Amino acid sequence: MKLYHISCNNLKRRKGKVIFLVLGLVLGISTIVTLLSITESMTRDIEDRLDRFGANIVMVPKSENLALSYGGITVGGVNYAVQEFAEKDIAGIREIENRQNLGAVAPKVLGASQVMGKQVLLMGVDFAVELPLKTWWHLDGTPPATSGDLIVGAEAASALDLAIGNTVPLGRRTFTVVAILQPTGAAEDGMIIGDLHGVQEVLGKKGVISLVEIAAFCRDCPITEMVLQLAEKFPTAKVTALKQAVMAKMQSVELFKAFSYGIAALVIFIGSLLVFVTMMGAVNERTREIGIFRAIGFRRGHVMQIILLEAIVVGFLGGFLGFVSGNLIAWAVLPLVIPNGTFAGVNLSLGGLAILLSISLSLLASLYPARKGSSLDPSEALRAL
Amino acid sequence: MQTRENAVRHLIEIRDIGKDYQTGANTVSAIRHMKFQVDDGEFISIMGQSGSGKSTLLAVLGGLNHPSRGQVLVDSLDVYGLSSEQRADFRSEYIGIIFQSFQLIPYLTVLENIKLPMAITGISAKEQDGMAHSVLEKVGLGPKAERLPDQLSGGEQERVAIARAIVNRPPILLADEPTGSLDSETAEGVMGLLRQLNKEGLTIIMVTHNPDACRHGDRTILVRDGLCLAQ
Repeated sequence: MKLYHISCNNLKRRKGKVIFLVLGLVLGISTIVTLLSITESMTRDIEDRLDRFGANIVMVPKSENLALSYGGITVGGVNYAVQEFAEKDIAGIREIENRQNLGAVAPKVLGASQVMGKQVLLMGVDFAVELPLKTWWHLDGTPPATSGDLIVGAEAASALDLAIGNTVPLGRRTFTVVAILQPTGAAEDGMIIGDLHGVQEVLGKKGVISLVEIAAFCRDCPITEMVLQLAEKFPTAKVTALKQAVMAKMQSVELFKAFSYGIAALVIFIGSLLVFVTMMGAVNERTREIGIFRAIGFRRGHVMQIILLEAIVVGFLGGFLGFVSGNLIAWAVLPLVIPNGTFAGVNLSLGGLAILLSISLSLLASLYPARKGSSLDPSEALRAL
Repeated sequence: MQTRENAVRHLIEIRDIGKDYQTGANTVSAIRHMKFQVDDGEFISIMGQSGSGKSTLLAVLGGLNHPSRGQVLVDSLDVYGLSSEQRADFRSEYIGIIFQSFQLIPYLTVLENIKLPMAITGISAKEQDGMAHSVLEKVGLGPKAERLPDQLSGGEQERVAIARAIVNRPPILLADEPTGSLDSETAEGVMGLLRQLNKEGLTIIMVTHNPDACRHGDRTILVRDGLCLAQ
């Protein structure tokens, strides 16, 4: 017989007590894991929503002019040799080093055209990419389905007296208005928006792209590096990061994270206290047994070995099961907390930390009563002699 | 081990010991003054009423309870001159104890309870098995080796306690009321077993309030109010 046999037999044959102790730990640890997993999933969900909320990088052709506009009033400006992008080169955007951080890549072609005797700015977009990117666009009518469909900005519709179902001759083609864009307060209000290739044809800019809006996923987003990589890839382009937008997104996420971690810290404290009291009570109950060990010649170190080995096993079991059940609860509860939310996945580092925390708590809680019990005179501990 | 004294005459020497307990502002003397010797191979009975101080004396003798004054010499070794950890080693090497209420570990089988004192020695598993089975046979519990303590009768538990106390072959066996909770027939059997162990060379000091049990000893020390009245 070795000391670890005593620990193992105690754990094996006092199943009820061990289950109670492990349950205490599982309760504490799973609460912590659940909260942290939900926090992680909610953070990701918020990040994803924010990432979908418009572009945060804009790529335009380099020009030597200065913008002569403020507050929507354009005074004028002279462009010198603006070289627009070739559509076939745009695919190169997805070849940069941080391509995994790229979300939507929305190319556009811009140009003025005569519509019903008036000069109107035409914008060609890939609707399949553009509409999910512009979540703040509200359309009266139906989203465009064919290359002959148009969306007309509210101001343009009013100026040109256009309504849904009207046909608009553009170049040699006739387009149909399928939706009116509700006022956005932005440049789109005065535009007519059509399919990229249709508008390219109307403007005589086949295979030409005027600007590209890029949505970068900003979870661990190295936006500055991405801008540099894009600028290197497209030397004729001026790449700008909309830092303000990114910062605002990140601040929202950080605020939420801080709030969640604050609550998690509180739960960790309460959970730790629960585990501490349970473990301490369990070892305190064994004072008499410690007295027997000491009376038959066990050193304090021997007694500590027995109790601490048990604490490690109980702590490991509690930590592991707490981690598993915490993840299961988070997975089950998440759809109630975030509609259409997705579980962030099992975080193995969190698992390691949970087991470490559980073992540490179990050890700490056992250490004091074990030391106290083994320091007593055996006859005092036994209360029998 | 430290502090070996020069003159080796007795296995155990109790030199003017006393043990006081503090209860609030009052001091209660469980042992007021005691002094006696025990020779190697003796079977001593310590007899007295409840509260006379006999169990405290046994605890002091076994290195389990520090006396307030005086010395306990075992094999010329000043037991309370040792550190707490050295005293644990001393108990492991010199003393076997039979507790009044057996004090078996409930989650260990009979065999494991008997092997318990060997868990901290360097004895190999095979040797431990041999020694444990040998004492199990001696106390007549061979077939019950795998039972848990709560599956045994009082007399059987007492025998397990005896087996556990002697398995390490200590020179001294301390027994606190070994027949206290047994019927007379079982008690007689246990006393016979102790007598046999004594004949094999074991020094036994037994605390009892039962005059019948004292018959088995070589010598009886009467204790009352923390004093030795007669030897």
